[in-house]
Amino acid sequence: MSQTKVAPKEVGKPAKNFDVGSWLVPVIAVLVAMSLAAILMRLQGSNPLTAYKSLFTTAFGSAAGIGATLGKSTPLVLSGLAVAVGLRAGLFNIGAQGQLLSGALAAAWAGVTFEGLPGYIHIPIALIVGAFFGSIVAGISGFLKAYRGVHEVITTIMLNSIVMGIADYLASHQLREPDQFLTRTSEIQASAKMPVYAHLPLGFFIAVALAGAIWWILGRTTSGFRIETVGRNRHAAWYAGISVKRTVISAMLISGAIAGLGGAVETLGITYRYAPAFNLGLGFDGITIALLGRVHPLGIIPGAILIGGMRAGAANMQFDSGVAPELVDLLMALILLLVTAPLITRFFKNSSNKSMTSGWGS
Amino acid sequence: MSALLEVTGVTKRYPGVVANDNVSLTVNAGEVVALLGENGAGKSTLLKAVFGLIKPDSGEIKIGGTPIVFGDTAGVISRGVGMVHQHFQLVPVMTVAENLILGDEPKRGIFINKKAAYDEIIALSKRYGLEVDPDAVIEDLPVGMQQRVEILKALRKDVKLLILDEPTAVLTPQEIDELLVVIRNLAKSGVGIVLITHKLHEVMAVADRVVVLRGGKLVGTTSPKETDEAGLAQMMVGRSVVLQVNRTEAKRGGVVLEVKALEVRDDRKILSVKGVDLQLHKGEILGVAGVEGNGQRELVEAICGMRHREAGSVLINGVATKDMHPHAVHEAGISHIPEDREKHGLVSNYTIADNLVLNQFDQAPFAKGWIRDLNEIAKNAIATVEKFDIRTPSAFNTAGSLSGGNKQKVVVARELSEELPVLVAAQPTRGVDVGSIEFIHNQLISARDKGAAVLLVSAELDEILSLSDRIAVMSDGKIVAIVDSKDADRNYIGRLMAGLDK
Repeated sequence: MSQTKVAPKEVGKPAKNFDVGSWLVPVIAVLVAMSLAAILMRLQGSNPLTAYKSLFTTAFGSAAGIGATLGKSTPLVLSGLAVAVGLRAGLFNIGAQGQLLSGALAAAWAGVTFEGLPGYIHIPIALIVGAFFGSIVAGISGFLKAYRGVHEVITTIMLNSIVMGIADYLASHQLREPDQFLTRTSEIQASAKMPVYAHLPLGFFIAVALAGAIWWILGRTTSGFRIETVGRNRHAAWYAGISVKRTVISAMLISGAIAGLGGAVETLGITYRYAPAFNLGLGFDGITIALLGRVHPLGIIPGAILIGGMRAGAANMQFDSGVAPELVDLLMALILLLVTAPLITRFFKNSSNKSMTSGWGS
Repeated sequence: MSALLEVTGVTKRYPGVVANDNVSLTVNAGEVVALLGENGAGKSTLLKAVFGLIKPDSGEIKIGGTPIVFGDTAGVISRGVGMVHQHFQLVPVMTVAENLILGDEPKRGIFINKKAAYDEIIALSKRYGLEVDPDAVIEDLPVGMQQRVEILKALRKDVKLLILDEPTAVLTPQEIDELLVVIRNLAKSGVGIVLITHKLHEVMAVADRVVVLRGGKLVGTTSPKETDEAGLAQMMVGRSVVLQVNRTEAKRGGVVLEVKALEVRDDRKILSVKGVDLQLHKGEILGVAGVEGNGQRELVEAICGMRHREAGSVLINGVATKDMHPHAVHEAGISHIPEDREKHGLVSNYTIADNLVLNQFDQAPFAKGWIRDLNEIAKNAIATVEKFDIRTPSAFNTAGSLSGGNKQKVVVARELSEELPVLVAAQPTRGVDVGSIEFIHNQLISARDKGAAVLLVSAELDEILSLSDRIAVMSDGKIVAIVDSKDADRNYIGRLMAGLDK
């Protein structure tokens, strides 16, 4: 107990901002996950060193490799950020997948429909349309949580299925590419395709800039303070005059918009169209990445690059070492398990601190 | 024959507090012992020690003549100690019979022997005169019935000593009367009963002996024959530390806060503020005295916009304030030191600096438009930590790292910093060390001297007596009297608190 009185000069010393200890957990989790996966590869008869070497040289060994890695990372940064914004407000948005899908389809629609626009107008419009639809989907859960008390985990996961059904229906009917055998939308206009500068995709810079902006908003603005306060102690937030309902809804709208943007970026930068079964895992990977990045907007970036790199290098790894690309999914599952295990124990230990984000990151 | 429960000289210290200080207690078979005391008086610590959940620093606990072993909760239970918690431990979707046999089901092979279960339950409920319908589903039953199932659950395990933790808190008056009869019957059949409560008339009605705890110490053992409710109220709230507050005559101004015919329901939807009228003047401290649970908490929350006002109004300088809108009420001019500082007063994993601006975070100088001014927040924090003597290595440590007294100083500092016309202080010194109490008291007086109208609600009669200019006594949801503190007489106020002398 610190009952000693200290000189005012020392009182002004800000507390340590960067807590090394708390960042050790994700690093160790990744290393342990990789070691466990290595044992499996060994049992399977492959050489893990060859596999990892191939995985990482493909992902990070060349300019083209890094470009592909960053391309894969872009939607992951955004879906991780979407989950993190929710967690900051004490909301577990596991519907990033559905929000991402609706953003992807909406961006495909905007990319196909608007004609004759220059790229610098067409791309932002398509991105905004994607973000808007992601936001609407998440907003439904936010509204139900705020006004009807329905838990967001239930509504977001159910909306995942609903959105997937609707999106696939639209892609195979109203928005289907005419006179083609495959059920998918038409390719977007050239003006809506996001440029790649010397292997570096534009979308990645948008994602990183957004992560920086969210970090600044949470730490420095009154809106961020509202979100953080509601996430940490909603009773105190209410007492302090913060509208918990409004904050919950805004946090979900922001979270959904980011996820929707993630889908839009994927459509406009990688796939150029929407096809059913569009990148099924991206939104769920966001959960792993958000937790790996300790729910810190900037911490998400390295996490997303790591996972994105693994995804980018997986095919080549199979070619070089015979290890199936599904190994990356196994790695992610192990990482998620290892990252959450200590957090879950802590969550139950201080059950008085019921907020999911308490003590994480900042 | 040895006593059912024998607690001798138990002391338990936690960092900063002595939760139990040399407490001794005996319960014999067939006896109802009421354990009386405020929140934080040490009742739950004592019970945890009895169940072997915590290890006392010194002293001994014997059940049926043999000492208990720390950590052996199962052993304590198997020796016939049962407890009925305030929050029932029942499975709401199961039937009464299923709940009663849960964990010790009569079996036939691998199946539950329903017939045997029914017979056993019916025999049990006949034996103790506690009628229940074995087929009723718990969630459909009224609370009083659910409690009866809880009691039967304990009795089925052959309890000799039954501990009831605030059993009447959730009951209607009729259910309370029935429960008191049940308690007497159980005692008659030889069960020893420990009744934890702070409702004095129940104690008077049912207890053979009354043991009063205060601040961890046993302040006295008495019996309903030797005392009355007023005497019990005094034993419960009186403070052994004599508090000296230097207080000058109040310079009373006009009415600032006016409460008119206010009616408020508590969490159980029971009307707990039953038409309160109050007028609070500029430059005075109006103390609200009362035994806890008589509507004070609901009154404060309704005034501060945190609880729905069923009827009536709260006016500041003649203007009505919004219901259920703490922000609007704060803007209208009420500062509020909340009773539950951990829940409402602080965000414990925020820094002290952020907590000090919690309700002004979006106002100048702490925010310029949309952007928070971290420099101003830091400057304010450093100055406040110094001025309010908040003991911490840094103003940027988390509020959760502070001791209770220092946490409270953070809340008090924040609420006083704006110098709003009205200050509502609810239990401002609960769980706070003596040094901080004195500091907080002086802050309240100086707020008054600067012209604030202060409404002080406290379960500590001494605190009310030493700080207030006028004293309103609250009992059963009503203000039963308002007296000038110069004419206040401890005995008289104690009797009013107990609901006598209406």
